[in-house]
Amino acid sequence: MIKILLFAHLQEKAGSDQLTIDKEQTTIRDLKNILKETYQLIELDQVMTAVNEEYVMDDEIAKAGDTVAFIPPVSGG
Amino acid sequence: MNELFEIVEEPIEVEAVIKKVERREAGAITTFIGTVREWTRGRRTVYLKYQAYVPMAVKMLAKIGEEINEKWPNTEVAISHRIGHLDISDIAVVIAVSSPHRKAAYEANEYAIERIKQIVPIWKKEHWEDGETWIGDQLEKVPYPNGKPDVKDEKHD
Repeated sequence: MIKILLFAHLQEKAGSDQLTIDKEQTTIRDLKNILKETYQLIELDQVMTAVNEEYVMDDEIAKAGDTVAFIPPVSGG
Repeated sequence: MNELFEIVEEPIEVEAVIKKVERREAGAITTFIGTVREWTRGRRTVYLKYQAYVPMAVKMLAKIGEEINEKWPNTEVAISHRIGHLDISDIAVVIAVSSPHRKAAYEANEYAIERIKQIVPIWKKEHWEDGETWIGDQLEKVPYPNGKPDVKDEKHD
């Protein structure tokens, strides 16, 4: 099970701030594709990803037990 | 709470943030106070909501502190960012930097706010008079041209 965290417009569109995907492992790219199909989150092409609170690239692998957060362009300050 | 880097839901006390960086070797403390603006390009904001990925945001604020310590040795940095509902003129962020001489304190403080807008997972939702929008990409650059924010792990320019 991989835990997914969604923020800002992504969580509004998905209707939830947290999802789980029942997989042993997947690349971030594949994970984005699954979520794009399941939740129509086309915006995932433009967001960054953090695995366990560290920024990663799309070819990184997430494993069961990891927390994957999709980080839209930030606007703090 | 006396952490140097924090995300808070209550109003930020500026004086408390400044106190965190006070020390005898400092000859200067610069303070940046980011406040909620009413008008943006002719559009009126009624209030804002900030959301954060809190544990990672705290880590990234601390990372900015580390970057500053490397670029401007002998500086001390404290950053508090507020989330939740903020009204016009409320304080969203306070950055305090102390250093022996003023130049480093000024430069490092500006660097901190620029980096916050690049790597810290905090999002602002504008509630306008006539609608609402999540704001992204405030620096008006292509979001993450390298596929990820410039997180600079080892080398600092």
